[in-house]
Amino acid sequence: MNINIPSIKKDLFVMLIFSVVILSMPMWLKPLGAGYPDLLQKFAIFGIFAVGYNVLFGLTGYLSFGHAAFLGVGSYTAVWSFKLLTMNVLPAILFSVILAGIAAAIIGFISLRRSGIYFSILTLAFAQMFYNMAYSVLTPITNGETGLQLSRSDPRIIDNMMAQAGASLPSPTLFGLEMSGYSGFYFCAVLLIIAFFISQRIFHSPFGMKLQAIKSNQTRMKYTGYNTRPYLLSAFVISGMYAGLAGALMAVTDPLAGAERMQWTASGEVVLMTILGGVGTLIGPLLGVGIIKYFENIFSAMNEQALLAAYSFMPDWLAKVMVTITSPFVGEGWHLTLGALFVVIVIFLPGGIMEGLGKIKNLFKSKKKDTFTEQIPPKLPEKAEPQKEVS
Amino acid sequence: MSNVILEIDNVQKSFGGLRALKDLNLQVEEGKVHAIIGPNGAGKSTMLNVCIGRLAPDSGVVTFNGENVLGKKPHEINQAGISRVFQTPEIFPDLSLLQNVMIPAFARREGSFKFNMFGNVCNEKEVLEEASHILHDIGLNEQEHDHAGSLSRGDKRRLELAMCLIQHPKLLLLDEPTAGMARHDTNRTIELLKKIKERGMTKVIIEHDMHVVFSVADHISVLAQGTIIASGTPDEIRGNLKVQEAYLGGAHL
Repeated sequence: MNINIPSIKKDLFVMLIFSVVILSMPMWLKPLGAGYPDLLQKFAIFGIFAVGYNVLFGLTGYLSFGHAAFLGVGSYTAVWSFKLLTMNVLPAILFSVILAGIAAAIIGFISLRRSGIYFSILTLAFAQMFYNMAYSVLTPITNGETGLQLSRSDPRIIDNMMAQAGASLPSPTLFGLEMSGYSGFYFCAVLLIIAFFISQRIFHSPFGMKLQAIKSNQTRMKYTGYNTRPYLLSAFVISGMYAGLAGALMAVTDPLAGAERMQWTASGEVVLMTILGGVGTLIGPLLGVGIIKYFENIFSAMNEQALLAAYSFMPDWLAKVMVTITSPFVGEGWHLTLGALFVVIVIFLPGGIMEGLGKIKNLFKSKKKDTFTEQIPPKLPEKAEPQKEVS
Repeated sequence: MSNVILEIDNVQKSFGGLRALKDLNLQVEEGKVHAIIGPNGAGKSTMLNVCIGRLAPDSGVVTFNGENVLGKKPHEINQAGISRVFQTPEIFPDLSLLQNVMIPAFARREGSFKFNMFGNVCNEKEVLEEASHILHDIGLNEQEHDHAGSLSRGDKRRLELAMCLIQHPKLLLLDEPTAGMARHDTNRTIELLKKIKERGMTKVIIEHDMHVVFSVADHISVLAQGTIIASGTPDEIRGNLKVQEAYLGGAHL
């Protein structure tokens, strides 16, 4: 196996292709039935969330189960910015990222005193604390179960200085451009491209290399003269800020914030996405997002009629049998398909889809000289050194 | 008499009822290769663990370069100039060989924390060059892009040694650098140790292999039951009856 450090030129080339692929999503996703703005926005927003999560989990190996808390902090902050200041999205995003970063610094400072499962439990506890507080003591800020919504009587200080409040409920804008539909998607897509660019820079910086070294052997790092805590805290805060950005964008595309966004299942989802796509790879988490969100929206919408139409080329009796077999996997049962896929991937491809793609690539290019892999392959148990000698 | 770089003064350490170190006193002179020998359980590794901040002793003082190191964090002790090769190789198995030696090179240049998330590793020409150079020295340059985890045990040990050497430590601690190695690997390591001896780095080496000890050491201390029972040049130790009884079982070398 080969680990090369990709050159800057190669990085920029990857960025170019990435930008084209993301911006052309409405076109190439249309034939797949996923080319509508609502889903495209979700792809981009969860893409940012997963890319940021991967900076922590992928590089340092610290499994956080509480990142949904930062998502929630981002959403509430954005909606408050809409309510109090202006419907412009830029200040909302700025405040969300900063506040999520502060929350991450506090939670990270405490949680990073432990590693492994204890770290995961601490982050989970904090996220659940945020979630439950949103329903109880923090209701003045979160508006409890109803969720935080805009209303016509909001002060909106900056907007009201510029012009009289309109008769209808305002919606978030970027200097007058409404953030719904395709414009909303393109706004999120541009931010995803920037987010990806930053994550790529982190991965290939000396800082990123040190984070990978912490994942590989933290003891050695300490006895090599590194204070690992500030490194881990920086990674935690960065990924928290990414989550804050994703949360803000959720509020931008739909100006409403509810506490269910902070539930532990939301934290679990981003873990699934990252593992499914490939932990520690740049693109992997995005593939995971794509697959999970696609399943959630497309497979769940299928019903028996749709299946019958799909099997229409078969003889009638066979089509009926096929529908009986496959119908538990679609519609309400889409989780079953996702679960089965997840099990298969974790068992056969512990490095996620990216490992699968790498294997296919090696099959075709087994003779090519410098194979370029940007991934940190996971530790495979069968590769453990066989010659453990007794000293 | 040259300078004393490491001084262990009256160190005690107990694990429960077991007294691992009893009134341990040791002085290591600058520029020398100081070997510590002793039977299993004599407290050799415990002594190194105290020096690098892995264990806190119950009492006593450890002075390095005129400064007390007790109570300092492991990374602070390393930054002060002590590097250690562990008994089981501690490397970064998921990184490439090149990255494995770049990490300690960065530690020497940048200190214990530097937040440079927008730099690119490819732009660090000096570090890359230095890293390639040291891999060449230990004869692993052809595999520099391989995973360090795929190396043989002997190669891992040599890689770890390279990782410590690239830091240019003032004091290098080696914990059984040849344990579990095949004969030819042992000889290669001896060559490497002799090579770095010429650079004038102070070394404390724990070793069971007498062949290694007598071919590299300037000074030998014998540790038994947590205390130094003899200390001297290799010739003095060879002739010391007390040592032969305690450690060599009476056999003549």
